Amino acid sequence: MSALGHELTHDHDHGHDHHHKETFITKYIFSMDHKMIAKQFLITGIIMGIVGIGMSLLFRMQIAWPEESFKVFSWLLGDDFAPGGVMRNDIYLALVTIHGTIMVFFVLTAGLSGTFSNLLIPLQIGARDMASGFMNMLSFWIFFIACVIMMSSLFVESGPASAGWTIYPPLSAVEEAIPGSGTGMTLWLISMALFIAQSLMGSLNYIVTVINLRTKGMTMTRMPLTVWALFVTAIIGLVSFPVLLSAALLLIFDRSFGTSFFLSDIYIAGEVLHYQGGSPVLFEHLFWFLGHPEVYIVILPAMGITSEVLSANARKPIFGYRAMITSILAIAFLSTIVWGHHMFVSGMNPFLGSVFTFTTLLIAIPSAVKAFNYITTIWKGNLQMNPSMLFSIGFVSTFITGGLTGIILGDSTLDINVHDTYFVVAHFHLVMGISALYGMFAGIYHWFPKMYGRMMNKNLGYIHFWVTAVCAYGVFFPMHFIGLAGLPRRYYTNSAFPMFDDMVDVNILITVFALVGSAFQLVFLWNFFYSIFYGKKATQNPWKATTLEWTTPVEHIHGNWPGAIPEVHRWPYDYSKPGYEEDYVPQTVPLREGEKDGGGH
Amino acid sequence: MTSLLIIVIVALLGIAVWQLTKIFDLTQSTNTNRDACESEIATDKDNNINGYLMYGFLAFIYIFTIYSVAKWGYMPFLTDSASEHGKDVDNLMWISLIIIFIVQFITQFLLHHFAFVNRGHKDKKAVFFADNDKLEFIWTIIPVIVLSVLILYGLYAWNNIMNYDEDEEVMYVEVYAKQFGWDFRYAGDDNTLGHSNVRFIEGINTVGVDMSDKNAQDDRMAKELHLPVGKKVVLKIRSQDVLHSAYFPHFRAQMNCVPGMVTQFAMVPTVTTAEMRERESIVDRVNKINKTRMERSAELVAKGEEGLGAYTFDYVLLCNKICGRSHYNMQAKVVVETEEEFKKWYNALPTLGQQVAEEKAANQPVEETPVISTPTENVEELEVVVDPTAVAAQIAN
Repeated sequence: MSALGHELTHDHDHGHDHHHKETFITKYIFSMDHKMIAKQFLITGIIMGIVGIGMSLLFRMQIAWPEESFKVFSWLLGDDFAPGGVMRNDIYLALVTIHGTIMVFFVLTAGLSGTFSNLLIPLQIGARDMASGFMNMLSFWIFFIACVIMMSSLFVESGPASAGWTIYPPLSAVEEAIPGSGTGMTLWLISMALFIAQSLMGSLNYIVTVINLRTKGMTMTRMPLTVWALFVTAIIGLVSFPVLLSAALLLIFDRSFGTSFFLSDIYIAGEVLHYQGGSPVLFEHLFWFLGHPEVYIVILPAMGITSEVLSANARKPIFGYRAMITSILAIAFLSTIVWGHHMFVSGMNPFLGSVFTFTTLLIAIPSAVKAFNYITTIWKGNLQMNPSMLFSIGFVSTFITGGLTGIILGDSTLDINVHDTYFVVAHFHLVMGISALYGMFAGIYHWFPKMYGRMMNKNLGYIHFWVTAVCAYGVFFPMHFIGLAGLPRRYYTNSAFPMFDDMVDVNILITVFALVGSAFQLVFLWNFFYSIFYGKKATQNPWKATTLEWTTPVEHIHGNWPGAIPEVHRWPYDYSKPGYEEDYVPQTVPLREGEKDGGGH
Repeated sequence: MTSLLIIVIVALLGIAVWQLTKIFDLTQSTNTNRDACESEIATDKDNNINGYLMYGFLAFIYIFTIYSVAKWGYMPFLTDSASEHGKDVDNLMWISLIIIFIVQFITQFLLHHFAFVNRGHKDKKAVFFADNDKLEFIWTIIPVIVLSVLILYGLYAWNNIMNYDEDEEVMYVEVYAKQFGWDFRYAGDDNTLGHSNVRFIEGINTVGVDMSDKNAQDDRMAKELHLPVGKKVVLKIRSQDVLHSAYFPHFRAQMNCVPGMVTQFAMVPTVTTAEMRERESIVDRVNKINKTRMERSAELVAKGEEGLGAYTFDYVLLCNKICGRSHYNMQAKVVVETEEEFKKWYNALPTLGQQVAEEKAANQPVEETPVISTPTENVEELEVVVDPTAVAAQIAN
């Protein structure tokens, strides 16, 4: 296997000779180099994140101070969407919809998985580049077009898609049900179809590269956990994204070609529509068959990054390497058979409810194992508290907090009273909006020197982390209480029900934490963009890590290594190994006489 | 104006923080090469400060949790459920919450404590402890056992809620959802709901009952859901247009309303509205709510607008699945009362047969042109379009 990989990499050499002349276009725009494509994904993801967070601030302001007039609504939403500065009730739903769509797909999937898979897979396994540089480039540009189309839907007169990021029909299928289900929804579907296409292209590339292009000595069990996580994420994506595409296609058919896959017996706007025989529950099944694995596609790369950052900064091997791999595989497998826990009260057969409760509580086990392994990794370590390390520790903390409430939501009986309430919103934001985001930040701080050859400012990093940590808890922890108190999600205002009147203060508190927390992300944005140009120049291996990406030169070259690709002789976690003076041993250092590889010593 | 000020203040705060950081940075040790990469890597001092901050953050998590429980702990629906199965739901919720609070307390402590105790410095060396199968086994098997208990209890409760004995004496009531309100249809003395489909919607027959069905004549429509205490009711749930969700939080009941399908939820209300209003926790809650309402009302009146009335407790039905612009205001009152009170209210409702006949009579003089056909003709026409057996099969009770 490794010999084959060796030959293939030789084949790539001819395309990466030093006489390769680059124009601005081929270097920065239509680059086929995985390192550049990774940065393209990252920056696009960050920009989409800014839009997504901006939207959340707008609708949080509406919730905290309902139906009040705000100048900023007039400026950003205009007089049609916010007449007199008061947000229109369907535009609230549009903001909530696009916020969810952007954050889950464009920021946390493309921006997290896309960035780090592209950056790290070839570097950490010892490959010159991805298996197909051309398809890689295509995947970024199709992603970019998907972003443009999604953003263009914001400027449509009838408004962007407004049926929630879950876009259940009939609300999303029938234009009369809500204005955003007209042109806005069509654009959403086109954008997502393109997004899915690029995601599949990326997944194929990552899988083939990991299987075929590992360097000599890089067996599967010598791969860093980051690569394992990204590899398995790609497999999950390959299996589940096509199902969302099929749901989207069938929805396009129902919307535009008169079919009734998801629609039946609808009376709206004074007339009976022609649809017969379809079921919205079918859409829910198809959607969540992707939707659930999708959240693991979001969290697994963050877990892989955390394993790497925790171990490098603790100067200790990741605890339980084999158990970590097994957990990743278990999570991946189980994630495909739990989707029904989003549908306990959908009207599906209650027996299915029992099945999905069972499988959902099972998936808690490998997740728990990973959390315990992370905690044990830092036990008796020599923790270097770089900003990336803080975010990784924050990842474990918020993953535990958010994951534990999943145990309540996964229990069908308990879900009856909390489904679609703020309890759910609290849960998924803690695991995705905070935990996975921390993983992304940890990755950015840790591999910034590798991406840009410069260091980010650590003090700004500390401020960014600590303020974010406090504000994040402040935003999402109170939501558990109002959720358990029955407050539904996606409500334009909570003032229509007197029973929610005593929750006004809670909502204001949440919004204030959100405003402050978002403002402090500016610290990160400044640090990130400033350091790209003016950051202190990085050395080759600033964090003294063992993995292969730190053996490449600081100045990027196509083909990653100037000469031959290094050979690998040991696993990636020889930190503070007894018998070595330095507290780390790079993977390229041959084993000594009688030395055992791996965790034994 | 306020929002502009807030934005400006936050922006200035951000700039101030950045400048302070820059100043702080400049005041650091001057003998290291200011341009060196090392200046952006954590030093022992950084490790120390952040180690203490980790402990500080642990304190923050604990304190915030305690504060939240103290301030808002009265809000969640954890006691005083209004239905028979609600007891099981609440018990399971308590057990689950206690378990997760214990796990949260312990794991957050370990994580942040280890982060503090093991904060790095130059002379420290980490322990090369890469795996331990025994530990892995322990913390795999303990979650397995705990989760199995939760699963078994949960499944037992779920089965009791979802499956009711067909032979049991139940009352059928239809809950009909549409953009943006609720209708209720009682099954009448025959306790059988007449067949229905949106294609039968006409005039006063707003939920599309097939009036040719003999069971439909005695059905009664209402805008409030009244339920006799202690009697099992099977809610037959329909939707007119898009997905809605019939959410009765006090009863621990929720079921989506799916157009094209009839879903159902069975429950036994156990506490009358009057009784619930007397309960201490409810009285406290209502007082808290009214305090806020009176404050807000005063503000409105000062602005020249109408004030707000006081809130009295009532059971409520909310829509809990995004359904369009007024999703946030789709509500109906639910009343649980004694058998006599219920009978009194129920008997005052007109039957659908009466209502449709009255409407027909009222329309008669105007109805001369063949354009508007009589109800019977309408039904025949529709039968061509709709396959009655398919429709009936969907509404099988």
